Formats: sequence, structure tokens, C-alpha cells
Amino acid sequence: MLDQKAYEILQIIEANGRLESSKIAKMVDLTSEEVDQYVKELEDKNVILSYSAVVDWTKLPAKETVTATIDVKVAPKRGVGFDEVAERIYRFPEVKALYLMSGAYDLSVVIEGKTMQETARFVSERLSTIDSVLSTTTHFQLKTYKHDGVIFKEPESDKRIVVSP
Amino acid sequence: MEKVAMTSYSRLSDRVSEIKPSGIRRFFDLASQMENVISLGVGEPDFVTPWNIREESIFSLERGYTAYSANAGLIELREAISHYMETRFAVSYNPDTEILVTVGASEAIDLGMRAILNEGDEVIIVEPTFVSYAPLVTMAGGVPVPVGTSAETNFEVRPADIEAAVTDKTKAIMICYPNNPTGSSISKKCLEDIAAIVRKHNLFVFSDEIYAELAYDKEHVCFATLPGMKEQTIVINGFSKAFAMTGWRVGFALAPPDLLGAMLKIHQYSLMCAPTMAQYGALEALQHGMDDVERMKLSYQQRRNFFVKTAKEIGLPCHHPDGALYAFPSIAHTGFTSEEFAEALLKEERVAVVPGSVFGEGGEGHIRCSYATSLTHLEEALERIGRFLRRLELR
Repeated sequence: MLDQKAYEILQIIEANGRLESSKIAKMVDLTSEEVDQYVKELEDKNVILSYSAVVDWTKLPAKETVTATIDVKVAPKRGVGFDEVAERIYRFPEVKALYLMSGAYDLSVVIEGKTMQETARFVSERLSTIDSVLSTTTHFQLKTYKHDGVIFKEPESDKRIVVSP
Repeated sequence: MEKVAMTSYSRLSDRVSEIKPSGIRRFFDLASQMENVISLGVGEPDFVTPWNIREESIFSLERGYTAYSANAGLIELREAISHYMETRFAVSYNPDTEILVTVGASEAIDLGMRAILNEGDEVIIVEPTFVSYAPLVTMAGGVPVPVGTSAETNFEVRPADIEAAVTDKTKAIMICYPNNPTGSSISKKCLEDIAAIVRKHNLFVFSDEIYAELAYDKEHVCFATLPGMKEQTIVINGFSKAFAMTGWRVGFALAPPDLLGAMLKIHQYSLMCAPTMAQYGALEALQHGMDDVERMKLSYQQRRNFFVKTAKEIGLPCHHPDGALYAFPSIAHTGFTSEEFAEALLKEERVAVVPGSVFGEGGEGHIRCSYATSLTHLEEALERIGRFLRRLELR
């Protein structure tokens, strides 16, 4: 059932995961029940993995976090390549994202901690000590301009005139 | 000294004096004085021009491309237009002799009218339609002859009605599809019937295809692709709607060399050329902008679906618009004229729509609603319209 309607529904949900089925149904010309069926199937097939919100935490002074991207060089292991070490890394709850990269290093690890110290400790005590990890380079994020396709600033006002031909 | 009789002449030309100010202007004035208005009155995309297009235009300024372009437009842009028409609409135009880059599609229409009309020539205008056509005919010395359409035929013109309006003074037929304000397109069969009339009476056609990229349900057929029609047609198109570039004012006209040559003469004396930096933006649009067009089109289509379905639910009968950015629901059952309805809706519920009557014959009894606004605004606007309609029933 992964047809054009599924693509459309996914695009809408990706942009706004909270939109009610009834509204999506009108937009893609289906019934609410049909949309629910699509969504259930997409969830069952693990096409939709989870629903989340893009949050600008800096607007809440109490909740500050530190995000770092760590370039990791590893020695791949025979038979399992990078997958085994990747699995050891992504199981840590601090790890928010993990990618196998081409180029100067092998894994790109995005981690989030409460403080810079906590993040540094994770790198030195957890990540660097894994056997096949050869080196790490840690980059702290200073400011988020855009994340997951969302620009972090106040929405622009509609500059069009109220009525036009 | 001899005294000049002040009453013997008018300060303004008769042609301009006889043109009525646009009905849209009045609604703009009304709506812009109010706060918290949700506007369904805008005739343009709600997307900002895609960044790569804006960036290319900025880059052209940085490189110092600030001089005039050729009168007909940058040759690279004309070549890109030629390629675009060939690949998108299967019709070929020579960039040297058959393509003119204009200051918006409106200028292209103006040039076309001035190039072919003699005093008293008639132009059949299929209405309801864009507010500028009739005044442009008048200003070129011609006489606009409206032919109405109605919701019963989904606002598609009946070729017999065009035929009935043809006189020995008829010079051209003006069509626009998908249409502003109804969103209706014209089927291939109907276009062929119009072409037959054109052949029979040796007429010209102005085919305004500015919304061609925003045709949702059917493939758009360019009028010039019909047998024998390329020689008789001025195709009008531009970047405003498809690429969300309304403020850039870049359009283009496609016509056989004799017509295009005449249009170019007027263009070179009145405007010289379209703004060069805007033309560089337009070039980038054609070269790398089609994915953005698809993305924006899908979004309009989804909002069209949402608007039409919800409108019906709240008791606002609405035909099925094939494209463009508008729905043209009927308000006839309320007993109000479209002007009264639009004005009361604006004052009582702060929703701006455009009364159908301003778009000419067949527009009365309808309102133009642009769904090129956020889903949140659409929902809220429809809720307010629903409340307004329920209140009318109680009166």
C-alpha cells in the first residue's frame, strides 16, 4: 500500500505529526478511516518510527543542554564491519544520532548532555575506551540555526497585501 | 491674450476615463483598515520565492550585472524558456524571434492587445476572469465583449456562446486556464472547439497560461499545440505563480514572429527590458526550480481539497476547481449580492474574500477565496464563514 497517498500522508505527518486524521483525510482526498489505516500500516512496517517535536530549548532558561558531534575513527572488525561497534555506541541513551560516514573519519556521533563536563566525561570514559575506537574529535554545538528542516527563529509575517488581483 | 475655453477638452483621455476602478481596490481599502483580518483575498502564492532563486539574483547584483538586457530579454533566459516550453508543454518557440520577456504577464497582455487591435476591434473575453483583461482591451482602443460562464458547466466556456458573440469586428478571443477566479480549466475537447471557431473566423487567441503549472487533476494542454493554432496565438506565461515570484515582475509572451515583432516594438519604446536582476532569478528558476514547483503545487492541491470539502460541510456550495489558487464558492442561496456578502463577512467576521462580481459576467453570486494561506488560517477562516452563514439563516 506504499502508493502516492502514502507518500503524501507521510510528508504531511513529517511536517506536523499532530495534525488530526480528519484534516489529513480532507487534504489527500480520503476518509479519516482510510488515513488511519495508512498510518497504522506505516507504523507496523516501521516506516513511521516515532513522532516528535522540534523544540527550541533555549527559550526555557531552566532546561539547558549541551550537544556535541564527535568524529570517531574506528578499526572495523572482520565479519561485522562497523556494525558491532556502532551498536555498542548507539545503545547509550546520551547518543541522539549515529551515522557511518565516508571521508576522514568513520562514525559521526551526536550526543546530548546536561553540562559540558558530563559530555566530556562520556567521551573520555565511555567512547574512547571502546576497544576498536582509535580516536575522537569533539565539536560542541554553539547555536542552532536550523534543525530537522526547521529554522530556529520567529516565523516571518505574511508580507502580502490583504487583497490583490 | 486669447482665452482658452476650459470646458472644451477633458484633462484625461476618454479611454482612461471610461475605465472603472477595480472592485478589488475597494476591498483592499476596506480590509486594510481592519485588524485581525484573515485574508482569503490574495491572488498570489503564500510561499516566499525559493532561496536559490533569490540567491542567484543577489549574486547577479554582486557580479555587477546591472545594465539593460536585450529588449527581448536575456538570450540565456529566452533559450531556457524555449527549452521549458518544449519539455513541459511540447511546443517549440524560437528564442530569437518568438519569445519576449516582459515585465510580468500583464505587460505581455497589454503589448499583445496594442499590437493587434485597431479602434473598435472586438475582443471576446471569457468571464468571470482576471480583472485586467477588459481594461487592457479598452486602453488599446478595442471593445471587450464578455462571454459568461457558470457553475453549471464548472465555469468551462460553451464554444457555442463564443461563436454567438463573433461579429465582423471580432479580432481575438481571450482565455485563461486554469482560471482566476474560478480555478476551472478548459478540456482539450473544448479547446479544440474554440480552435475551430478561430480557424473559421480567422481570429487570434490570447491564451493566458500563467497557472499552467498549478493544474492539479488534468495535464495542461497549451493552446498553441492545437493544429494551426501556433500562428494564431499569443501564449502568455510568467514566473509569478509557479515559482512564487509575483513581486519580481517577470513574464513572457510567445507568439509568431510578426506578432512578436510588433509587441517588441512597443515594449522597447515603453519599457526597454524587464529588470536584469529579476531575469537572472527567473533563469535560475527554470534551470533548478522545478522541484520547488512540484512541492508548492502539492501543498496547494492539498489545501484546495481541504478548502472545498470543509466549505461544503459548512453549507458553502463549491464547485471543483481544477487548478490555480482559488475556489469560487456560491453564495447565491444567502440572497446577498456578492459585494454585500463580502462586505458583511469582512465587517462581522473579519474574513476578506473578493466578490465574484468584480471578475465579470457569471461572477455574481460567488466569492473568490484563495486557499494559498496556512492550514491554520484556512480552518479559522472557514469556521468564521460557517458561523456567519448560520447567523444569516437565523435572520
